[in-house]
Amino acid sequence: MTLGSPSAAGATVEAVARRSYGRLIAFLSARTRDVAGAEDALSEAFANALASWPIGGIPDNPEAWLLTAARRKLIDGWRLRCGQEALAQQLLWLGFGDGPEDLPPDIPDQRLALMFACTHPAIATEVRAPLMLQTILGFDAAAIASAFLVAPSTMGQRLVRAKARIRQAGIPFQVPAAELLGERLAAVLEAVYATFSQGWDDPSDAGLLADEAIWLGRLLAALLPEEPEALGLLALMLHSHARRKARRDDEARYVPLSEQDVTRWDALMIDEAESLLRRAGTFGALARFQLEAAIQSAHAVRRHCGRADWPAIAQLYRALSLLTDSPVVGINHAIALAHTEQPLAGLAALDALAGDPRLADFQPFWAARAELLVQCSQAAAADLAYERAAGLTTEPAVRAFLQHRRSSLKMPALSQGPHRGID
Amino acid sequence: MKYMLLIYSSEASEEATSEADTGQLMAAYGAYTAALQQAGVLLGGERLQPTATATTVRMAGGKSSVLNGPYAETREQLGGYYLIEAADLDAALLWASRCPGTAHGSVEVRPLWEM
Repeated sequence: MTLGSPSAAGATVEAVARRSYGRLIAFLSARTRDVAGAEDALSEAFANALASWPIGGIPDNPEAWLLTAARRKLIDGWRLRCGQEALAQQLLWLGFGDGPEDLPPDIPDQRLALMFACTHPAIATEVRAPLMLQTILGFDAAAIASAFLVAPSTMGQRLVRAKARIRQAGIPFQVPAAELLGERLAAVLEAVYATFSQGWDDPSDAGLLADEAIWLGRLLAALLPEEPEALGLLALMLHSHARRKARRDDEARYVPLSEQDVTRWDALMIDEAESLLRRAGTFGALARFQLEAAIQSAHAVRRHCGRADWPAIAQLYRALSLLTDSPVVGINHAIALAHTEQPLAGLAALDALAGDPRLADFQPFWAARAELLVQCSQAAAADLAYERAAGLTTEPAVRAFLQHRRSSLKMPALSQGPHRGID
Repeated sequence: MKYMLLIYSSEASEEATSEADTGQLMAAYGAYTAALQQAGVLLGGERLQPTATATTVRMAGGKSSVLNGPYAETREQLGGYYLIEAADLDAALLWASRCPGTAHGSVEVRPLWEM
């Protein structure tokens, strides 16, 4: 035992919570599949730690202490519900041995199994990423709701329902067999990427959600080092995150990718992304996240040669469009065509997408359209497209940027160089 | 469902806003209104004059009394509203997050009673 003080104990509780929360939840709920019960027990254990560590000192193995305390809570609950004899059987089945103190020497890491449970096909798509944030990282429903732009009460209900479903429907806590792994892993990666995307263009949240998503990405890459798409996802997120400081200038104004100061990019993070992408490539199984990371890599070459590799970008988006019907891919392919062929070719490709109902209220579509219209010297149509884009963005900095572009349409002498809208 | 987006902001800090910034803000509201219209969700919306122009009527001791000013003094004041048609609360929240009011105040989203 080390001597504890309230602040040292508090800091230790926080550090253990951050490092071990998901591991403890995964271990406590793996057999019972009762995630909500494990969360309640663990949060009581954390509360006990905050109360008793400042007095009795911080235990040598804080994680084991918390696990023991949480197990005691769980066992107390079962005792009330099922009586002594049934309890003994329950504990035996759970592999709890004789009691709460009987711990395995190392707490097995079942976080990967928990991630597969959170992203099981029986769980609604929109709640998979929130569920993972809550169970693996311990985020509360209000913080998750705010990040995903959902009412806190709605998010709370969705999470409760999803956890009930895991228990009642018997969703297994296990890494799927090899023949199912690819398909199921795609859902895990998708949920991690959804978390990242919620955070990346929001400067106030960027430090929070994007960092957490990268943390999950690193965990996946460490647990599944032979899965090229897990490496590809991490490479993609690192490439994008490397540019976070360049997305705003010193006056906090929005800067599109094509105008970013490359010296503000995080070179170490880009190097790490590149090496992950190379390693992923050695498995010879190219898929979505590797393609997206390769596109970011083709943008990153601007560091060295002053120009993005647009022919490669156009080709990669074409390959990506065969794998997904995402309208975002179509928009970016059109922008790339404007570079490799003519602005008119890009505009024609963009217009071909206009019938997609998902694009009517999609800000990047209108911003890209406005830029291509400017390049095709169609100022009146560009004005309308800029207005539409400005009305649809949720970001004040992007709104100000689009309004500025719009007003400079009226001053042809100040007309800007080409700008590509999406970064 | 119908939702009211109520835009609250500080009149004091609005008065201190420069003319250029006010012009920018008006253009932002213009763009937002156009986006609501083009999406076919806009049912109505107006900007209110400042609370200094408000007069409040309430019953006191069985008799109407008329008072100068808003019904309550608050840190932020109701400055305008949009009435929209949205599929559900999530869709209404997305529209609220696009409102320029979120940058200089708060936007409260309230469902209407269905008559």
